[in-house]
Amino acid sequence: MFTYVKLELIKIFSKIRSIVAFLAIGFIVPLIASAMYLEGNQVLNLALQPFKDTFDFSGNFLNGYLVVVFILTGLYVHIPLLISIVAGDMLSGEATSGTYRMMLSRPISRTQMVVSKYIAVIIYTLLLVAWVGVLSFGIGLLLFGTGDLITIRSAITIVPEADVPWRFLYAFGFAGLSMSVIASIAFMFSSFVENTLGPLISTFATIILFTIITSFDYSLFDTIQPLLFTNYINSWRLFFDNPIDWAKITTSIWALVLHLIVCLGVSIYVVRKKDILS
Amino acid sequence: MIPVIEVKHLHKKFDNFVAVEDVNFTVNQGDVYGFLGPNGAGKSTTIRMMTTLIKPTSGEINFFGKSLTTDRKNILSRIGSIIEKPDFYLYLSARKNLRILGELSKADYSNKKIEELLDLVGLLSRADSKVKTYSYGMKQRLGLAQALLHDPDVIILDEPTNGLDPFGMKEIRDLILYLSKEKGKTIFLSSHILSEVEMIANRMVILNKGKVIVEGVVKDLLNTSAMTVTYDVSSSQKAKESLESTQWKDSFLRSTDTTITLTVKSNDVADITKLFVEKSISVNSVVPVRSLEEYFISLTSEEANVHVR
Repeated sequence: MFTYVKLELIKIFSKIRSIVAFLAIGFIVPLIASAMYLEGNQVLNLALQPFKDTFDFSGNFLNGYLVVVFILTGLYVHIPLLISIVAGDMLSGEATSGTYRMMLSRPISRTQMVVSKYIAVIIYTLLLVAWVGVLSFGIGLLLFGTGDLITIRSAITIVPEADVPWRFLYAFGFAGLSMSVIASIAFMFSSFVENTLGPLISTFATIILFTIITSFDYSLFDTIQPLLFTNYINSWRLFFDNPIDWAKITTSIWALVLHLIVCLGVSIYVVRKKDILS
Repeated sequence: MIPVIEVKHLHKKFDNFVAVEDVNFTVNQGDVYGFLGPNGAGKSTTIRMMTTLIKPTSGEINFFGKSLTTDRKNILSRIGSIIEKPDFYLYLSARKNLRILGELSKADYSNKKIEELLDLVGLLSRADSKVKTYSYGMKQRLGLAQALLHDPDVIILDEPTNGLDPFGMKEIRDLILYLSKEKGKTIFLSSHILSEVEMIANRMVILNKGKVIVEGVVKDLLNTSAMTVTYDVSSSQKAKESLESTQWKDSFLRSTDTTITLTVKSNDVADITKLFVEKSISVNSVVPVRSLEEYFISLTSEEANVHVR
């Protein structure tokens, strides 16, 4: 299996589109950091304005950690696109290029092939998320230094500087899991079709549809919402709450892991049943 | 004779369309086995079933006496194939493609082995060029290299000379004969170039509309069949008259002033030549135009159902 995963990684990283994702992140992250360097204080003042009458804020709140949160929040929309381009091509790309024939007429089982491709695309996804982390931390800390982390959601939360690194570690780990679910959905769609665009469109259609269902507060959706990955993928933010809602995080992790397993299972089933006609 | 490939009662149905129906044939060790049929005859479907790309609706495929269903991995590690057209990872070089396919086949994918193969198919100088820069003919050669990568006992070739120039076609034919005669490989050769099969195959099967219409030894099949011969003679009129009272009176096909074309059995060609000479008709040349192609066309158009063993 290790050999097959290695071969799939070689294939992934030999494609320009896979490298472009890293280059895009490498361009966007410094861009966001630069924008924050120039205008971050105004944005932060604007965000804190409603609370300034009640609270007295002192210290370096526009620090590297806040920049990382900004970047992660901002890129949470874009990373799925970059990942889906690669994941959606994993199986359909072999069909489109006709290389399914070369692969599957060799002594490798279809299950082995699907699992090795799946592992490879998850590794790619985790590397991309790690790249976002390394780059945003590097640039953020270099330009803005450290300090307590202030997050504003339904309430203002201030995380002491000493607590921030391990919370980020967990948050990025969770982000890796969330993005892996997106990758596995695109991967699953790529087992159905023989073109690259189909899985990409299907993945985004699913994300949009599920996000709409998740965000509506109607009783009709109450039973569906817990089943949808969009209900859980933003739970990385919970790591910056005080206190951390571990129960909710654990539920989210299990729900996402279940999605990973189901998507892999469906992909294996589809490919095993498929007649290779391409 | 040791059977290497046994296909028994093979059926494949796509929804309501029957692509392959009760196909049976046996390929023996060392055979160069021709696999013929017009477009849509079910050749590719059969080959895909033989390489596990398509699941048969029913029937049995055995290689080396073992079932392809139960012993898939072992069997595939002993088979090399080109199926339809040579498709590769275009963004990788020939060397990297062969390395990946070598690893998948658990073959020797050392640089030395890869270079030997690329040299064999005349691509060594382009080993590190991306496959997307290759012509179709070059991809076809690379296809042959990947089929040989793991030193297989059986080589399944689907239109291996497609896209090659005449020189390249001859090279591939010579290579197939070399692999068969010198290396003892069993070759299963599907081709639409029937003269190619005629030249290199010892046994063949012809498929039409998903069914086997003839199977047997190429030489036997051709000897029993009619062929077309054009005689370049001093007078076609006299030649035609000389045939009137003979068993070949119905063999006339067409003529010009100095040529007469007949449909005859192959072993009658010499006797007719002798007859013309005895009747004082000069014979300048005898050009046999009967080939497997005519035989093939006659069989597939008549939808004959003949079995020759």
